[in-house]
Amino acid sequence: MKPVAFEYCRPDTLAEALGLLAERRSEAALLAGGMSLGPMLNLRMVRPKTVIDISRLPGLDGIALRGDRVITGATVIQADALASPVIRDALPLLVLALPWVGHFQTRNSGTLGGSVAHADPSAEIPLCLVVADATVVLRSARKERRVPARGFFTGALSTVRREDEMVVALDWPRAPADAGHAFEEIAQRHGDFAIAAAACALTLDGARRIATLALGLGGVEDRPIAIDTAAFIGRPADPDTARAIAGSIDERIAPMEDHAASADYRRALARVLVERVVPRAAEAATGGPRRGAA
Amino acid sequence: MHPVPSSDQPWVGRALPRKEDRALLSGRARFIDDLAPVPGLKHAAILRSPHPHARIRGIDAARARALPGVVGVVTGAELADAVGPIPSVVRAGIPYFPFAIDRARYVGEPVAVVVADTRYIAEDACELIDIDYDPLPAVASIEAALAPDAPLLHDKAGSNAINRRSFRYGDPEGAFAEADAVVELAYSYPRYASTPMETFGVVAQFEEAPERFTVWSNFQGPFVLQPLMAGALKVPGNRLRLITPPASGGSFGIKQAVMSYIVLLAAVSRALRCPVKWIEDRAEHLTAASAAGDRRGTVAAAFRRDGALIGLRFETFANMGAYLRPPEPASVYRMHSACNGCYTVKHVAVENTLVLTNQTPIGLNRGYGGPQFYFALERVMDIAARRLGIDPAELRRRNFVPRDAFPYHCPAGSILDAGDYAAGLDELLRLADYEALKKKREAARRAGRLFGIGFAAGIEPSGSNMAYVSLAQSAEERAKTDPKSGANASAVVAIDASGSVTVRLDSTPNGQGHATVAAQIVADKLGLKPDDIDVVTEIDTLTSSWSIASGNYSNRFGAIVVGAIAQTADKVARAIRLIAADALEVPPERIELKDGYAKVADGSNRGMPLRRVASRAHWNPNGLPADVSAGIYESTVLSPPTLGSAGADDRIASAVTYGFVVDLVAIEIERRTGAIRVDKYVSVHDVGRQMNPSIVEGQVHGGFAHGLGAALMEELAYDERGNFLAGTFADYLCPTAMELPPVTIGHVETPSPMNALGAKGMGDGSAMLTPAVLANAVADALGRDDVSLPLTLQRVWALANDGAAPARRPAERRETAPQGGLRGEGAVVIPAPPAEVWRRLIDPNELAAIVPGCRSLAQSGPDRYTAEVMIGVAGVRGLYAAEIALEDKQEPVSVRLVGRASGALGFGSGEGMVTLAPADGDTRLTYRYRAEVGGKVAAVGQRLLGTVTRVLIAEFFAALERRIAPRAGPRMPRWLAMLLALVRRSPP
Amino acid sequence: MSVRIAPDQKQRVTLTVNGKVRSGFAEPRMLLTDFLRHELQVFGVHVGCEHGVCGACTILVGGRAMRSCTRYAVQMEGAEITTVEGLAEPGTLNVLQQAFAEHHALQCGFCTPGILLSATQFLRQNGAPSEAEVRDMLSGHICRCTGYVAIVAAIMDAAARLRRSE
Repeated sequence: MKPVAFEYCRPDTLAEALGLLAERRSEAALLAGGMSLGPMLNLRMVRPKTVIDISRLPGLDGIALRGDRVITGATVIQADALASPVIRDALPLLVLALPWVGHFQTRNSGTLGGSVAHADPSAEIPLCLVVADATVVLRSARKERRVPARGFFTGALSTVRREDEMVVALDWPRAPADAGHAFEEIAQRHGDFAIAAAACALTLDGARRIATLALGLGGVEDRPIAIDTAAFIGRPADPDTARAIAGSIDERIAPMEDHAASADYRRALARVLVERVVPRAAEAATGGPRRGAA
Repeated sequence: MHPVPSSDQPWVGRALPRKEDRALLSGRARFIDDLAPVPGLKHAAILRSPHPHARIRGIDAARARALPGVVGVVTGAELADAVGPIPSVVRAGIPYFPFAIDRARYVGEPVAVVVADTRYIAEDACELIDIDYDPLPAVASIEAALAPDAPLLHDKAGSNAINRRSFRYGDPEGAFAEADAVVELAYSYPRYASTPMETFGVVAQFEEAPERFTVWSNFQGPFVLQPLMAGALKVPGNRLRLITPPASGGSFGIKQAVMSYIVLLAAVSRALRCPVKWIEDRAEHLTAASAAGDRRGTVAAAFRRDGALIGLRFETFANMGAYLRPPEPASVYRMHSACNGCYTVKHVAVENTLVLTNQTPIGLNRGYGGPQFYFALERVMDIAARRLGIDPAELRRRNFVPRDAFPYHCPAGSILDAGDYAAGLDELLRLADYEALKKKREAARRAGRLFGIGFAAGIEPSGSNMAYVSLAQSAEERAKTDPKSGANASAVVAIDASGSVTVRLDSTPNGQGHATVAAQIVADKLGLKPDDIDVVTEIDTLTSSWSIASGNYSNRFGAIVVGAIAQTADKVARAIRLIAADALEVPPERIELKDGYAKVADGSNRGMPLRRVASRAHWNPNGLPADVSAGIYESTVLSPPTLGSAGADDRIASAVTYGFVVDLVAIEIERRTGAIRVDKYVSVHDVGRQMNPSIVEGQVHGGFAHGLGAALMEELAYDERGNFLAGTFADYLCPTAMELPPVTIGHVETPSPMNALGAKGMGDGSAMLTPAVLANAVADALGRDDVSLPLTLQRVWALANDGAAPARRPAERRETAPQGGLRGEGAVVIPAPPAEVWRRLIDPNELAAIVPGCRSLAQSGPDRYTAEVMIGVAGVRGLYAAEIALEDKQEPVSVRLVGRASGALGFGSGEGMVTLAPADGDTRLTYRYRAEVGGKVAAVGQRLLGTVTRVLIAEFFAALERRIAPRAGPRMPRWLAMLLALVRRSPP
Repeated sequence: MSVRIAPDQKQRVTLTVNGKVRSGFAEPRMLLTDFLRHELQVFGVHVGCEHGVCGACTILVGGRAMRSCTRYAVQMEGAEITTVEGLAEPGTLNVLQQAFAEHHALQCGFCTPGILLSATQFLRQNGAPSEAEVRDMLSGHICRCTGYVAIVAAIMDAAARLRRSE
């Protein structure tokens, strides 16, 4: 199980990396943490002519708070994100989701941007990105392009990223201080690709009614999806509402099928997960300042 | 952790830390891939069939041979003359070669071997070998193999059912006729494997003058296969020298199958006159190493009203894979002579049918035949308990072989050595607090929750009679061959001139701590500390003491090998006593061996250190007393006397010792997700005398983990066409620390009379029972009998939600088997009339533009095209050679598109029915497709294949639409077109 | 300085392994596992799957536990690597290794080096872990022999001993 022969490039600057990418385009593969690319290289499922190692590129591994936005560089390592006080404070949903991403050992290598660019339908970070309504920052040698996460993923392992573009950062809205969050997934084993995952962020008004609600599902369709919950704004944040929301998603999702899970089973799990994450996020939101529940 | 005993206590019985561990913990233990035992080693990669079944019309390796760094390429056809088949006990016209010659019969079957300077280059060269395959229809399950019109795997065998044998012990018909109740269960049991963390490895060197093969490998025996390997290589046994490395990274039986690669790589080494190293990679291992065989069958149990089990009937169909690879069909006969389980039932009927399918040949795997056997017997016991209204624990107790009945002669010939099964059950119920669990179940059920309790009990045969597999032959066939019986074990204990003690074993351990236990035994015999004793566990068939039964299988170490070690150590102790007695001028009976000395046991403190005794034996042989030979070197080859030949009545004692295991599990099922939460798992074992309790405990936990994996998540899955679906550790799911619940372990101890130490073999136990006990608990929780493995989330969910109050079903139906066919449908509305759409659809120029990734397209006949297409998603793209045909054209209404493609990542075939209907001047195009994908992409990409296929097909029709009705303004981005096509597709 | 290595070019790679500067040659596609094992003869790095799942090849890079099978040697120029050989002075076992021996936390020992390295970093970060946390960390490793029970016990015990010795 050895990769095909490839040229290895480790550029010093982003400009140089983007120049290489513009030259090699689809024949290049970008290597950051290697948690997705490495296995596929070794299995010869991907056969690039050039591997561009961006793991040491300066300027891509920062975590910065800018007003009400949090900018995470593409090569921020998942374990570092999990340990970051900025993220703990400003992106509690991501903090809840990261422990579900692979394992202790893979989070030491895997990057935020790598997971987003790879676009596995079950991946947790893309799901958070969609639920948070964050933005993916792409850059080519010519220009920068910002794509809302909800339009970034087009299918299994497919995104709108062009061949000469690199995901350079994720631009997240800072979670409101009074928001509550919850994340949960169901997989055959801990750390596996989820059969279904759900993430929720909400705020409540003074009467414990839902003021804002963002809800998303991963692993159910071929990309993470945000569920339209407009009809439930103003409803009390109680289990009945959660059940109503869960009941409403049935017609709006077209689940994938594979040998581990039928569409019906994914549908059933999606309902269960929605019924779990909504009340949990509500509970986290009522306690005053931002809290999370896993 | 166990308390440290006082120094006067024997070493045997102590929970001693292992001798093996220091090297393993510091990275100094040497495994096969760490060795480069000869200079000039080159590296092999094996090119394997991606097809379940295909004729090999030709192989062109010219491009591979021309690649710099390649030493040579050897194809199966080129080896066919130099290598003979590896024979099995069943002669049915199905020669097994460890490579395909002109026909490949399972995914992963070796077709060619490339030898190169590095593994990297060897793998590059594999991709340059062009093989002209003619795919044949495949059989991918027992049912498919037995269908009347099933394709034949081996034409000469005349059937895929290659062997059927019926057995009657006692009067089963009579028992069933007089029974008050007969409980019957049809069951299936999946294919899985215990996947050691270290894969197979072989270093093969062929030498001339004299011609000899020397092979280093992590083969683990049974060494009865050594003469078969030598025979296949057409050399006398002593010209095939097998050497094992100091450490082996687990086996669980699986490394028996290294046999095939020893022959293959030895033959390649001879063909290329070059020493060759091959290390199996994980994908090769999962695809093609070996497996615990899947089975289907029915079991019927006849009971009297009081719960007495009076008759059993087993009808078993066992999937052997594509060939019968020795020692198969042993897995089907391992449990046969103990087919009464731990019960006194006297009347048993058995019918076994061996079935071939287009799947990897099966072989040894932890529990070897036991998990499948107990799944049948112990499932039916739990079902019977419910049917008879008797508590499942009580039903078993009423039928146990009673304590005073040992040695117990089983109907089919096993002689159970010792046991107290009721005591084991008592201990189980006590540890589990069964009464409290029953109350808990009641309360849970009242609350509408799914709570279940399962039981399973069984005996654990250890130390196999080498003759039992001959039961696959009829008594007449057996009579024509030389008689077979027994199970040799050999051990050597030697003391060199400096007084240091070395023990040599023939048990090729793979992590079971044999060296530690051997040192404990010898230390007690010689009055030494285990640290004083070196134990060599590597086998070198040229220099070691070994025989055909040598190896690590069937819990052989604890059942037989320990006896050989103890006997040999006794001989050494006797020699020491005689020499010391002579020197100290006392009778030998008065010499005791203690603390490294031969002492006079008279309190006089007279004695001599072992070093000096040894020195005399080596330096002064002529001065030794009569009866003592020069040097101190003793060996023993023993065979347990109970292991006789199979009689004309098909009875045989197939094992030496029989441990006992009884398990209970209480579970709760989450109805909405199918998740199983283990509330309590208790396992009670009788392993005879425990030689090292911490090793015993480790074996129990390990066996349990294997059993749990098999029960809940592991499956070597194939689709209905025989394509393999579990090619990576992300597809084949082994339990991790998060999935394993706590286990309470209990022991009862009835020493075995079969060896000097009272030990029984152990290690398989829970691996055999855990699948059955978990299935029983799920069946209890759901109130249905149609429970099959693995009990994945989805399967349990389906079982738990199949109707509001599922009726108990008499037989199972295999639901949610992996469906290989990717199916889907969709529709697009194209703003043009059907006639226009039709014209475009069948126009070759248009086809080139709309087939996704089409690089070139040429017409090869009427409505027939060949094309080169680049298919895939993201970076997972490959170039495929495709054939496309348009069939059943009904202008302008419908057409069937049939395609086939193959490339480095695998192959696919499929067909789609396209229908055009007018819709307000536009055309509504609907399509239904079915696709099959095989090769690597199927084995590693299962999870995403369906969705990716759907995207690619949607892309085809979106492209058609774009061609016909290009949008005004800027061209729509490809992704948006895809997105739109997806959004528009009708729900599946 | 930017690095560009042609597909068939062998590049000298220099790094620190267990405190010693080591170097060898690698072409771009050479897995770090193969480089460590067959170029530098660090055989305590074991290969179990080569696709990043089983954890047998886990090493510490800059003190962090990671798979070495999904990295390439050429990426590692200048890296600080610890393998099982570097956990204790030759001929000795450290507290964690000792706990593994005493708890019988290994059988075939093939997965063990990777687990020891993960546990090493884990215990540095979390000196008083719960059993659930240990199991979560361990879920990145597959062991087929032990059922994990003794491994969990050994790590918990090592944590307690390390706390006492502080």
